[in-house]
Amino acid sequence: MVSLLRNQKVRNALLQVLYVGSLAGMVLACVMIARRNLAEQGITSGFDFLFKSTGWDVNFSLLPATANDPYWWYFLIGIVNTLFLGSTGLILATIVGTIVGLARTSSNELARLLGRTYVDIFRNIPLILQVFFWYAVITHLPTPRAAHEAFGILLSSRGLYVPIPNVGGVAFAAAAIALIAAIALPVWLGRTSRLNQPVGERLGIQLTGAAAALACAVVILAVGRLPDLALLDFPALQGLNIKGGLRIPPEFSALAVAIAIYGGSYIAEIVRGGFKAVGKGQMEAAQSLGLSPWRVFTLVRLPLALRAMLPILANQYVWLMKATTMGIAVGFTDFFMIVALTINHSGQTLEAIGILMAGFLAINLSLAAVFNRINKAIALKGNQLRG
Amino acid sequence: MEMVVVAPPAPGRLEDLRRRFLATPLQALLSLVSLAVMVFLAWKLLNWAVFAAVFTTSGGPVACQAAAGACWSVIAARWRIILFGLYPFEEQWRSALACVSVVVMTVLSCIPAFWTGRRIALVWGAGASLYYVLMKGGVLGLPYVGEEAWGGLALTLFIFVTTCLIGFPLAICLALLRRSDLPWISRTTGLIIDGVRSLPLISILFTFAIVLPFALPQWLQGDKLYRVILGSALFFSAYQAEIVRGGMQGVPSGQEEAAMALGMSYWQRISRIVLPQAMRNALPATINQFVVAFKETSLVVIVGFFEILASGNAAYGTGDWRFAYVEVYAFIALIYFVFVFSLSRYGAYLERRMAVGER
Repeated sequence: MVSLLRNQKVRNALLQVLYVGSLAGMVLACVMIARRNLAEQGITSGFDFLFKSTGWDVNFSLLPATANDPYWWYFLIGIVNTLFLGSTGLILATIVGTIVGLARTSSNELARLLGRTYVDIFRNIPLILQVFFWYAVITHLPTPRAAHEAFGILLSSRGLYVPIPNVGGVAFAAAAIALIAAIALPVWLGRTSRLNQPVGERLGIQLTGAAAALACAVVILAVGRLPDLALLDFPALQGLNIKGGLRIPPEFSALAVAIAIYGGSYIAEIVRGGFKAVGKGQMEAAQSLGLSPWRVFTLVRLPLALRAMLPILANQYVWLMKATTMGIAVGFTDFFMIVALTINHSGQTLEAIGILMAGFLAINLSLAAVFNRINKAIALKGNQLRG
Repeated sequence: MEMVVVAPPAPGRLEDLRRRFLATPLQALLSLVSLAVMVFLAWKLLNWAVFAAVFTTSGGPVACQAAAGACWSVIAARWRIILFGLYPFEEQWRSALACVSVVVMTVLSCIPAFWTGRRIALVWGAGASLYYVLMKGGVLGLPYVGEEAWGGLALTLFIFVTTCLIGFPLAICLALLRRSDLPWISRTTGLIIDGVRSLPLISILFTFAIVLPFALPQWLQGDKLYRVILGSALFFSAYQAEIVRGGMQGVPSGQEEAAMALGMSYWQRISRIVLPQAMRNALPATINQFVVAFKETSLVVIVGFFEILASGNAAYGTGDWRFAYVEVYAFIALIYFVFVFSLSRYGAYLERRMAVGER
């Protein structure tokens, strides 16, 4: 026996079995104890509860939701809410971050100072404090009767009310896609190698593409329009509350604003790093070829900087996606809050935690996959001399 | 023939300013816009925070609310609850002293003279136990105060320090296990690290605070505060382990091979050769991780702890001070800012200091 233990291979195998076994044993023991404790409270384990109706409401949902809906539908609502808040936050943070990052790399000292002040202030205050702050600001706005008004948009302590077209849900989504295409199509047409025209002479094609997409959007809106109603539904005060229009609740706006400002300060640093990574020689070469400052920026500096910042940006986006879980602090029904509420109401603790982990794993992995794809697509081909 | 090189005349002060800020029309426009934004914001902020602000408590909330600027009276009236939470009033000097001991400990560990494993462990051990004795009492004639009464800044600092104290050694263990030669050990550890990293911290805190009592036998459950600290330490260590591992990868393999050739044992190799060099490589990222950990202590408010953010909510949330939320949040933000900004400046200084050695 002792001689067996002296054998390196046997010892290694034993060590591994011991390590993995003790970890697995601990997890198993926890699960067993939890199941026994839950069974004592009359909760049967298993995923049957997913098909029972919940009996409680969510305060924000993009999908239709009633208290009679089953749990699986609520989890879906949570994921959609998380993705919606996450992507809104990502887009806003990217816009803020790009502006501040460009200010930080600008040749103007005052603009640099301004950008640096922004980053130093907002990066060093915890996100959740900023969420609380913006939530307090919005809920302390005037009541609906004294709401601020501009361009048909109402801002009050109940939230932000914006006009919305009286159009069916499917048609509305289709029109939104057409609008995005109207922006994306000219960009793609300007760069693709599938057209015979030289890259510089495609203005006509680009304009036609954009016009066609816009026309599509208009036709969809006209067809999908709800009969007997004005095309735009303006919010207006009725009694003590505001009726009509689209209401963006304070919880959502507070989270989106906080994520945009806090995330923007991080993205600004990534943008700055990306631009710093572009070799000076490459820019000087472009300048000496006689390119205008704008073309140097769009054709040389920006593409090279984008390649440098994309991997770091992907990590930051994953982090921001996870930051949406702060919704629970102000009562926004994101995925995590739905899970927490499920545990409170149904007691299906283990299953809900499992679903939570699987959900976030799926979100993170798919984000990472998308970014790997983009990264690969824009990577420089062949062997490069760098420096 | 002799060549004479004449330097261009140095620009005068006005010319220098013109070149820096008004070189082209576009630059001039950018300078003007930036200057206008800065002056406007600075004026607004100064006016709100100083010139039009109320600093005394004499008028009470009503007089304060009428002021055009900030109402700092709320801080004067409520600073004790923000900093110390529900800690007994007569004993709050202990809470203050405990905060000071933690700050001194952090400052000491930033001095390079303390950067040996033994000294840093000594400083942190002494600081943490001093904090614990001061806060909890029950010895040396100090009245006993249970954890449930801890709050405010003192609780924030406690969670931060214990998270680092537990998380750091755990991170080194995880990093060593992950780079183990035995495939199953490194794979399982990798799975744990990546799994924890893919989850949001809030969900881990929630699991440890609320779900874990179901899954543990009675004698293992402990206080909710310590379970949450354990969860936060686990999260910290998963990130820190990757930083340590990165640092280890930066150590040339010849170093470890040379140590092996000298006949050093595994522990000697790790503690004398690999870890010291790896920690040096990983130092900037480690400081950054400490900064992140400090900011993330604020998340425990969600599982119901009375740390500085929650005590701030309580300070303005009840009674007459309901309107003064901006001042309270500004005060808390300033406290966080002082801690986090000085830590991150220190990190930047370290990065520069190390870059000198590599030039």
